[in-house]
Amino acid sequence: MKTESVVNFPPQDEKGPAMKGADILVACLEREGVDVVFAYPGGASMELHQALTRSSKIRTILPRHEQGGGFMAHGFARATGKAGVCMATSGPGATNLVTCIADAYMDSIPLVAITGQVYQEFIGKSAFQETDFFGMTLPIVKHSFLVLTAEELPVIVKKAFEIATTGRPGPVVIDIPKDVQQKIWEPIFPSKVEIPGMREMPQASDAELIEVLQKLEKSKQPALYTGGGIISAEATPELREFAELTGVPVASTLMGLGAFPADHHQSLYWFGMHGTVAGNWAVCDSDLLITLGARFDDRITGTVSKFAPDAHIVHFDIDQSEFNKNKFAHQTVFTDVKYALTRMIQLIKAGHFKKPDLSAWFKTIDTWKQEHPYPFHYKESKYILPQQAIETLFEVTKGDAIISTGVGQHQMWAPQYYRFGEPRRFISSLGLGTMGFGYPAALGAQVAFPDKLVVDIDGDGSFLMNVQEMATAKIEKINAKILLLNNQHLGMVVQWEDRFYDGCRGHTILGDPTNIGGPDNLEAIYPDYVTVAKGFGIQAKRVHRKEDLRAAIEEMVNSDGPYLLDVIVPYTEHVLPFIPQKMSAKEILTD
Amino acid sequence: MRHTISALVENKFGVLARVAGMFSGRGFNIDTLNVGPTHDPKYSRITITLRAQEHALDMAIKQLDRLINVIDITHFGQRNAFVARELVMLKVSASGDTRSKVIEVCDIFRAKVIDVTPVAIIIECTGNENKIRAFLELITPFGILELARTGNVALLRGAPAETEED
Repeated sequence: MKTESVVNFPPQDEKGPAMKGADILVACLEREGVDVVFAYPGGASMELHQALTRSSKIRTILPRHEQGGGFMAHGFARATGKAGVCMATSGPGATNLVTCIADAYMDSIPLVAITGQVYQEFIGKSAFQETDFFGMTLPIVKHSFLVLTAEELPVIVKKAFEIATTGRPGPVVIDIPKDVQQKIWEPIFPSKVEIPGMREMPQASDAELIEVLQKLEKSKQPALYTGGGIISAEATPELREFAELTGVPVASTLMGLGAFPADHHQSLYWFGMHGTVAGNWAVCDSDLLITLGARFDDRITGTVSKFAPDAHIVHFDIDQSEFNKNKFAHQTVFTDVKYALTRMIQLIKAGHFKKPDLSAWFKTIDTWKQEHPYPFHYKESKYILPQQAIETLFEVTKGDAIISTGVGQHQMWAPQYYRFGEPRRFISSLGLGTMGFGYPAALGAQVAFPDKLVVDIDGDGSFLMNVQEMATAKIEKINAKILLLNNQHLGMVVQWEDRFYDGCRGHTILGDPTNIGGPDNLEAIYPDYVTVAKGFGIQAKRVHRKEDLRAAIEEMVNSDGPYLLDVIVPYTEHVLPFIPQKMSAKEILTD
Repeated sequence: MRHTISALVENKFGVLARVAGMFSGRGFNIDTLNVGPTHDPKYSRITITLRAQEHALDMAIKQLDRLINVIDITHFGQRNAFVARELVMLKVSASGDTRSKVIEVCDIFRAKVIDVTPVAIIIECTGNENKIRAFLELITPFGILELARTGNVALLRGAPAETEED
């Protein structure tokens, strides 16, 4: 029951033969270019799955928990820039997607979440597996639809994809009652849709851009502060060219990582709570801070009043609501950042710009870089340290892997010791900070790029939260690896306990608290991840001796299936540098 | 400070919840709220009055503007001339001897009596905030039994509204 897509020019609405709503949904997804969905069936969505079995264009991957499917779609979207699609049944299936939707909302990721809903006649009657999912997700979606009129389904799907991927991306929910899925009608697939509340892509005026360039000419200590907006806008080449033409140092957020090469002379790499010393100090001391597609998150600014206190701040963003939200900007430029950078490059090349002499500024920055080199120095230990494991992974893979992470210490060490030179290589839950994100996100990225090496650098706490997805990896033959930094603790909370709570352990020990496992007590390690992985049919090995680390990582990287490397590390390491909350960049802790 | 905001929105279910949620999620308490379709049934106008700090409200308005169903927002303020009105209906205890006194007050405020029973009358009064407040002050002593009000509705004066930035 599939229609052949008819190529018309100019595009016209297309009428399909009579078929079930579920088949119409699948036909719509095919028309949006969707080639994979991460979908867990249930009573209110099994019609959709029946239709998916009839599609030759869409691969359906069955996660082992709806949240896993949501994060797979998220990882897919992060790695490709395309909308990721996840699907779940009504009630508990849908509520299990809530965290994924909130996560995509915080990190501005195009996620289309399709949920089954009970028959319309049962809505509002506390029917089996009924939840008001439309209502529940209102504060965490870019937009949402509850399909009450079956015939509107093709228009809604087209709108959903357009909304999710246009402007500042974000998650869109489509809730489809079962009667809509079962109804048979002749669909009309629209060639385009009107969305009156969607704005045109804003473009900065030349006058605004020339004003910025003039400020840059006169500045003595400028810095670029680049965020995830550069990645969403696919503006990496433009950023690089603009940075080189102006000679300004570039400090990135974690969301923007990879847009500017880590090893470039102008690179300050990433800044914020655990970012580079030079990056934090350069932003703090800047006299002109040009912010491109970033939102002054509290993990970047620390205490807002102490953030770049003497800087004239220029804020470029596609979302006006970010202007002056967290930090006052002296000049705001409402624009598509790719357009603004492209146009500024043209203006510079047309002679509207004299490159400022920043040699004194770079002399200062270079001194900082020498005093506090990056990657940050850690003290050797007789045990494998988590930093060393990531550094070794970086060396073995020559920096050419897609990396995802869970949340916690390892999430900060990963971008410190794995240096990213390309966008869409670092996939992490940065705004919401969701533990359990790493492994399913890695699977989603691997599905998008089957021939690329994808490694989830994870902690034992985070990994356990979606451990069931090893079954998905095995059955679907998704080869993403897991570098498990197993310290038997919730390391980041432990670090804060050590620094601010006299080391009192508030339920941060993951094994038996009376017999804590670690590199010096291997017997007590709990759970045994190698055995767990083997139960799922996944290759796994434990490594605890330094001399075995490199060979173990090489074996993992070169394995031809999914692989878990259980690296036993001490829990005593702290992530440094560290700007504690309420402190300024100048008070950064380095030991 | 008290503010009046009007949002032109798509006339669809859930839109009011999105708009109201944008305020409640940020800790604002809405004083009055009015919703109704416009002359074009595709669109509705939502008028909200609330007390808020200027900066916090500006942020909420910009975030409101991000909603896909919101077409346009007007923040009525000192920079734009506007007219605002509210309709109040109230049931006042009015038996034989007080009825004429109540009607006298109504006449002064050009309020209309729209229902009469032996013990009470229902009055309709339209006006701006000051007029309504003054009217209610004078009527209260007679004994207000029940009251319902529409909340402010407001429009900019002159040519059709263009997008207001503030």
